[in-house]
Amino acid sequence: MDTTIGSFTSRGELLKSEFKRFIKFFISELRPKGKLLTPFNFIAAFILLTGVILIAIRFAKGLGSVTNLSQEYPWGIWIGFDVITGVAFAGGAYVITFMVYILGMEKYHPIVRITVLNGFLAYVFYAGALLLDLGRPWNVINPIIGNSFGVSSIMFLVAWHFMLYMMAEFIEFSPAIAEWIGWKRVRKFLGALTLGAVIFGITLSTLHQSGLGALFLMAKNKIHPLWYSEFIPILFFVSSIFAGLSMVILEGSISQKVFRHRISSKLHASHNDIVFGLAKICAGTMYVYFFLKVLVFIHGQHWSYLNSPMGYWFLVEVIAFVLIPVRLFTQAVRYKNITAVRTAAILTLIGIILNRLNISVIAFKWYEAVRYIPSWMEIAITLTVIFAELLVLRWIVNRMPILGDPIDLEAEENKYRQKTLYPIKTKEPEEWKVSST
Amino acid sequence: MDRRSFIKTLGVMGAATLPGKKLFAEEAKEDKELMGILVDTTRCIGCQGCEEACAEANGLPKPNLDDLDPEIKVKTSVSQWCTVNAYETDVGEVYVKKQCMHCNQPACAAACLTKAMLKTEEGPVIWREDKCMGCRYCMLSCPFDIPKFEYDSPIPKIQKCTMCWNRLKKNELPACVENCPMEALVFGKRKDLIEEANSRIYKNPDSYVHHIYGEHEVGGTGYLYLSAVPFEQLGFPTDLGTTPFPEFTKDFLYAVPVILTLWPPLLLAINRATKHKEENEGSEV
Repeated sequence: MDTTIGSFTSRGELLKSEFKRFIKFFISELRPKGKLLTPFNFIAAFILLTGVILIAIRFAKGLGSVTNLSQEYPWGIWIGFDVITGVAFAGGAYVITFMVYILGMEKYHPIVRITVLNGFLAYVFYAGALLLDLGRPWNVINPIIGNSFGVSSIMFLVAWHFMLYMMAEFIEFSPAIAEWIGWKRVRKFLGALTLGAVIFGITLSTLHQSGLGALFLMAKNKIHPLWYSEFIPILFFVSSIFAGLSMVILEGSISQKVFRHRISSKLHASHNDIVFGLAKICAGTMYVYFFLKVLVFIHGQHWSYLNSPMGYWFLVEVIAFVLIPVRLFTQAVRYKNITAVRTAAILTLIGIILNRLNISVIAFKWYEAVRYIPSWMEIAITLTVIFAELLVLRWIVNRMPILGDPIDLEAEENKYRQKTLYPIKTKEPEEWKVSST
Repeated sequence: MDRRSFIKTLGVMGAATLPGKKLFAEEAKEDKELMGILVDTTRCIGCQGCEEACAEANGLPKPNLDDLDPEIKVKTSVSQWCTVNAYETDVGEVYVKKQCMHCNQPACAAACLTKAMLKTEEGPVIWREDKCMGCRYCMLSCPFDIPKFEYDSPIPKIQKCTMCWNRLKKNELPACVENCPMEALVFGKRKDLIEEANSRIYKNPDSYVHHIYGEHEVGGTGYLYLSAVPFEQLGFPTDLGTTPFPEFTKDFLYAVPVILTLWPPLLLAINRATKHKEENEGSEV
């Protein structure tokens, strides 16, 4: 081929050929990698099909056709569970990136990618589920394009932060995509953005994790006094730390089984060590959270409420799902018991679900005669969102370097240099090398 | 967070460091010009003429005009912006008209991220169809549970009293006020209405409880009520306090620019402080 390297034409042709290669590669990657007819796939297909039909009904006939929402309960589990709990569970991404990139705790580097990926997908799907709940979703761009900024609204802050944080997480995750496709220069460029994205992401997370709690500050007369306090934002933020990490622990345990073939030997070897480290941090932040809860309770002078059904329910949340798991975390770390750590993580996650649902649904208008109970269709659509996320997660983990070591693109490039017009350099500068040290 | 709001909030922060009064100066000025409606429940005979007029003026279906039964309480709905209910009280049956209170500092408008719910300068709180994205945060925030959402429509609207905003713009009275045969409803400047209400209490101290509901509740409301019996007996929430509801989120909003400006340099500083010398910048993921 008669082209001069570096000239405009060759660049254009290079891009064209590279683009063609990418399309071909992408199509080949779309094919399923494992067995198709597994029980999990059957269940997922059934749920997705049901969900898609229900979502169609929801948009054709309105929210009332599939949900049990009412004038008394404008927010149900799509907000209380999908968005508010889902985002707390996705908190692991900002905590782990803080530990690894800001504090330099290299021990946790092997789980950065899977955690960021999980966080990113959680935001895309669970915050994305918000669109299903919006009555007039076609107006969702209004607070973004600036024709009407409701800057005094906490919801405005949360909406913007969701959007910006998704971008930040995508940038944090993008080097894995570049490695997967084999774009070395892009990979280098994206890698350089990581620290900025991490700092931006942590800042945003601090604000919107607490912001989700601040949403409820104006429901002062509607939330049971045992749950309402001006400290809701701080409690939401602190609990998002151990909620996120508990999710990382749980996901790690599942990945060890499901994605065994994709996990690097290094991560496999250090997995338990990482889990105990995370358990320690969980325990620490949960003690802080428990202390805050007690402080808020005493400060609010709500002793009399304890001896009532809602009071018992409050004690269940705080004792069974905060105090017991935090003890369990502490003991598990002391006796190096990995099963106990996992149990504690699961209890903690249940506790977070309870807490978020209490504030948004259960202790919300606890005095109403007719309470909101989600319809089976609301639950089915929630399951649809969860399964859709799991399928995308599985697709990505089975293809991109998420759990394994990052791909050394130099070796990759040697293979493919022969087929393309990629500018040839004899030796790559040392700092271009991708390593995980 | 966009730059505009950032700067705005920074400005508010600056103002917040000055003596507290400064922050509310603007609101106090607006308060003078706000319009409102005074409801004297001692005059209402429960004819429901206001309900009918409201429906007609706002293109809503004709409401049920059967005789009022104290056993049945009708709430406002997507097809009925104002309701009259009968209450058994110490002085016998009392009729009360209820609708949006048109708060001076409405929680719904503060909650709205698109300014679809808007406190107009004249006082009425209105909803704008082209802005709203249907998140229903206004419903969650409203202390009186007034905004109603059309759950059975694929193109749902928020429905609530607008104090007949369209009629006000044409210099017409709100339909309910115009059609009240007993003059139980008076439309006017909120400030004047409070004076009128007080003078009624002074002139007939035995006919009224000495309280104007809405003068101070949740920071003041556009609708003001007079009653012969304590307001609990008329189904009014009396535990709302006098703090405007948007105040509850103000502390958090003040913290936003502080964190947005302090966190990044702090995080970068920690990153630099903990960095190992041999590490290469930016090549780690």
